[in-house]
Amino acid sequence: MKRRIVTATVLNQSGVLNRIAGLFTRRQFNIESITVGSTETEGVSKMTFVVQVEDDRMVEQVVKQLNKQIDVLKVNDITEQAIVTRELALIKVMTTPQTRAEINVIIEPFRATIIDVAKDSVTIQVVGNFDKIEAMIELLRPYGIKEVARTGQTAIKRGSQRLGAESKQFSILN
Amino acid sequence: MSQNAKATEMKFDDQATKAAEPKNGADLFIETLKNENVEVMFGYPGGAVLPLYDALYKNPIRHILARHEQAAIHAAEGYARVSGKPGVVLATSGPGATNLVTGITDAMMDSIPLVVFTGQVATGVIGSDAFQEADVIGITMPITKHNYQVRSMADLPRIVHEAFHIATTGRPGPVLIDIPKDIAQTVGSAEFVDELNLPGYQPNFKPNSLQVKKLRGALAKATKPVILAGAGVLHAKASEELLQFVEKMQIPVVNTLLGLGGFPANHPLFLGMGGMHGTYAANTALYEADLLINIGARFDDRLTGNLAHFAKNATVAHIDIDPAEIGKNVPTHIPIVADAREALKKILSLDFEAPNAGEWRDKLDQDKKENPLWNTENGDGISPQSLMKLIHDITDGDAVVTTDVGQHQMWTAQYYGFNKPDQWVTSGGLGTMGFGFPSAIGAQIAKPDKTVVAVAGDAGFQMTLQELGLVAELKLPVKIIIYNNMALGMVRQWQETFYEERYSQSLIPVQPDFVKLAGAYGLRGYVVTTEEEAEKVMRETLTDNEPVLIDCRIKPKEMVYPMIAPGKGIHEMIGVKPQ
Repeated sequence: MKRRIVTATVLNQSGVLNRIAGLFTRRQFNIESITVGSTETEGVSKMTFVVQVEDDRMVEQVVKQLNKQIDVLKVNDITEQAIVTRELALIKVMTTPQTRAEINVIIEPFRATIIDVAKDSVTIQVVGNFDKIEAMIELLRPYGIKEVARTGQTAIKRGSQRLGAESKQFSILN
Repeated sequence: MSQNAKATEMKFDDQATKAAEPKNGADLFIETLKNENVEVMFGYPGGAVLPLYDALYKNPIRHILARHEQAAIHAAEGYARVSGKPGVVLATSGPGATNLVTGITDAMMDSIPLVVFTGQVATGVIGSDAFQEADVIGITMPITKHNYQVRSMADLPRIVHEAFHIATTGRPGPVLIDIPKDIAQTVGSAEFVDELNLPGYQPNFKPNSLQVKKLRGALAKATKPVILAGAGVLHAKASEELLQFVEKMQIPVVNTLLGLGGFPANHPLFLGMGGMHGTYAANTALYEADLLINIGARFDDRLTGNLAHFAKNATVAHIDIDPAEIGKNVPTHIPIVADAREALKKILSLDFEAPNAGEWRDKLDQDKKENPLWNTENGDGISPQSLMKLIHDITDGDAVVTTDVGQHQMWTAQYYGFNKPDQWVTSGGLGTMGFGFPSAIGAQIAKPDKTVVAVAGDAGFQMTLQELGLVAELKLPVKIIIYNNMALGMVRQWQETFYEERYSQSLIPVQPDFVKLAGAYGLRGYVVTTEEEAEKVMRETLTDNEPVLIDCRIKPKEMVYPMIAPGKGIHEMIGVKPQ
């Protein structure tokens, strides 16, 4: 299984998320995460999907089936391109007076921050790509994680692309 | 479709006599249909569509009142398939809408253009589990090309216009519009706009010249070329171009089930239908080909059999209006996203070198001669295959023929011999029992002067037989042929072949007296038990202008052959020769 990052710009019609989520289920495409949010254009939203696919043909189908939706304007498999991906995670970790300082030290290199403190727990906010967040969660796990909330990844292409790294065209127009 | 940006204020001049009455969303709905040149619609009224039916009463469009919503939509499918125009359906909310689900799915699978209107409870109570409320948008999202719920009366003209455009262009399909009751009752006016604003929907019609060039190269090299022609040829009205291309290149042709009629069955280069019950020559050609040109077919599993064995030595070229079909099931070397007619016109305009395929054609001719379709000669009852040849002869091969799914469908496909486009209406992708009879009603409405033959099994006919009432009411000269083997024939065949003759729930010993049933509706009915009787009755009744039902007692244990067992490759046919 390979992870692919696919983005779609969609018309912000009612039910569009339902349409697309349904499409993924129906066609047996495995979604790791979906994020949706508004864009620079009013009435247009951008969705970022992280999908698990078996092969290139499957990701080609994901792109083509998304493209067939009337409310979908543009679909890109941006996995191979120069991109920036970010995700925000909120992690509630159990603490004792002894471990609080340790946790502070652990999260510091991740540029994470504590945004809520209670008697026996702290909530940490971290922003980064998938691997960074996974790494931090792993380090915190021994202390006892009470709850994790993650937004899923959103992605954007870098301002300048490496030569020849343009997305593979599965093409509507060949 | 006119692209004029000219917006015209809606006019109600033709109703000046009733000028005192205020206009509402329902009146606007009828106007939008007239604006799309809708001549006939198929439907069934109910609470949530009372305003729409009231507007229809005041400003009529021909409305066909089926006896069940499922039949209404199948009739609309039959109408659309033979007329080339979109079928229009109107049903009420809740059960009215859910009764349409089978037909909508059927149209989605077989790319039939439909515009389906459903009533909905008033916007104020949507989501409250109101009387006859169903989430029709949610239910039909996966089975429509697109769907809309009208949230404001002012949007109605735009939505209807978009729906007709989406349903009929690109790869055709069903589009559903859900109209809440209060929207239909809102008094006011709205603007008609011709311009379409669908930035996410831009079907590509013209072929890419680079890919066409690749096809030219592949043709020049090929020694075992074959064309697989699907329903895309019919939707694109490309059969004339296909014939020219085939004759110029001298390439043998295989049809898919739904593609029958797109290429003349009596042409020397026609190999027959391919797939699970395809001819030996057709399946062998698909298996051995070194160049497979798919025109408007979607490589359905009933055609390909086990994909590991399908066209594995072939360069695959695929012309399809829907890019998602290309490479979906079969790896494709030459993808041509285009309308079949546009692509063939482009190819014909270029000087293509015909492949050197004389030996291949001779070999396939030999296959055709040595392994033709066959049927058993002995046993009680009418031979279903001979019966279909008889129907062909009596109707001069010129009838519109509709079927359900199953044995009778395969025998019709194998033996009717469709030589012209748009005379074949069947439920291919979804395989819907109860489809044939109501779709024949729609086909007859589209083509009042044609002989329309509805072929149905005894089981499938009983799923929608209530439409005898509609036939009687409209005096439609539909010819109903029941292939009666007192069983779910295809299920029985599989149980005989793969389940050691354990006929679980597939034999139906009790059935109505179909002749009396026809009589109950004031229609002629006959039962025939021998081929001589069948011929006598059919010569009398298939050629006149009256409806008739003929209950044909066919050999109950006859099998459809050849056959590819599930999971087997296209070369692993059984029943190629008489046992």
